[in-house]
Amino acid sequence: MRRSLLFIPGNNPGMLVSADIHGADAVIFDLEDAVAPNEKDAARLLVRNALRAMRDLRVEVVVRVNPLATDDFRQDIAAIVPLQPSLIMPTKVADADEVAVISRTVADAERVEGVPAGAIGLLPLLETALGIENAFSIAGCDPRVKGILLGAEDLSSDLQAVRSKQGQEILYARGRVVMAARAAGIEVYDTPFTDVDDMEGVSADAKLARALGFSGKAVISPRHVAAVNAAFTPTEDEIVYAREVLLAIREAERQGKGAVSLRGKMVDKPIVDRARRLLDGARSLGLEGTEP
Amino acid sequence: MLIHKTASAGTLESNDVLVTVAPGSGIQVHVESVVLAQFGGQIRETVLDTLSRLQVTDAVVRLNDMGALDCTIAARVEAAVRRAGGDA
Repeated sequence: MRRSLLFIPGNNPGMLVSADIHGADAVIFDLEDAVAPNEKDAARLLVRNALRAMRDLRVEVVVRVNPLATDDFRQDIAAIVPLQPSLIMPTKVADADEVAVISRTVADAERVEGVPAGAIGLLPLLETALGIENAFSIAGCDPRVKGILLGAEDLSSDLQAVRSKQGQEILYARGRVVMAARAAGIEVYDTPFTDVDDMEGVSADAKLARALGFSGKAVISPRHVAAVNAAFTPTEDEIVYAREVLLAIREAERQGKGAVSLRGKMVDKPIVDRARRLLDGARSLGLEGTEP
Repeated sequence: MLIHKTASAGTLESNDVLVTVAPGSGIQVHVESVVLAQFGGQIRETVLDTLSRLQVTDAVVRLNDMGALDCTIAARVEAAVRRAGGDA
């Protein structure tokens, strides 16, 4: 379960070597926007060495690489694939053809470096109008694609929209990427909340993202990790209710019924599926999620 | 790898190291570090290992270390060498 994915600037040794202390479920070592153009070479070597030295990190590692159209892309892939991060995040992905080229490049590098075929997944970053329009074909085009991430800052610029904390301007994009990912059967992650000092804001934004169907949320500050983790962690009330749902439907089945009333509301298959999913998530976090 | 010019990599921020590589005859390593007394020998060893791996036989290497780990030192030395060798 990836509730929070924390961006770590790729050219900052202090943050790289302490990446696993912030409580994020995944960290994203960033070789793209967080690195100055004339420091790409140094950041690539630093991230490579950090990955090599920190094989026993207690957190999943994602590496954000430079866009396919740049010279840095192939150098990033060649340097990073031998260290076998869980996921590579290609940026500004616009269509499925682009994913096919990226996937082939990763596959070639896996073969050359003796990495098991398909061991490294892709988490495409959709941050252009074209990328959002093509979200479903991107999400479903390659088994290597394990999830998609919405990038709202570049997207808002591309849309010529005014970026706001409330996010009305990205509501359509949020719905679109969730729909696309769920239809393709993969995970989907929300854009970061960019006001580092607004703790109430990040909490509300993360709760909205969960309500919309996102699996988790990217984070640009360690200070936001706890609020995002909390928003995507099943609450005690939710766990209790989910367990009641499963008990109720079991009793209904014993009586030959497909639906039953619980707390004044009808419980049927979609409610049961949701309860099972919630308990699975709770269990993966070490909470009391065992089915009754 | 031949060192053609002077080049640097890294910063003077905490946990980092600023490495400067210049043309020279044989290998010379000069280290300034906030942890020189405790780790000076290990830092030199990391520098020499990295130079050897990159097949650098002639260079003057200066480090101003702010408490970098070995993996950071090796990365910064390699970046400076590649820049000085026209490889980056």
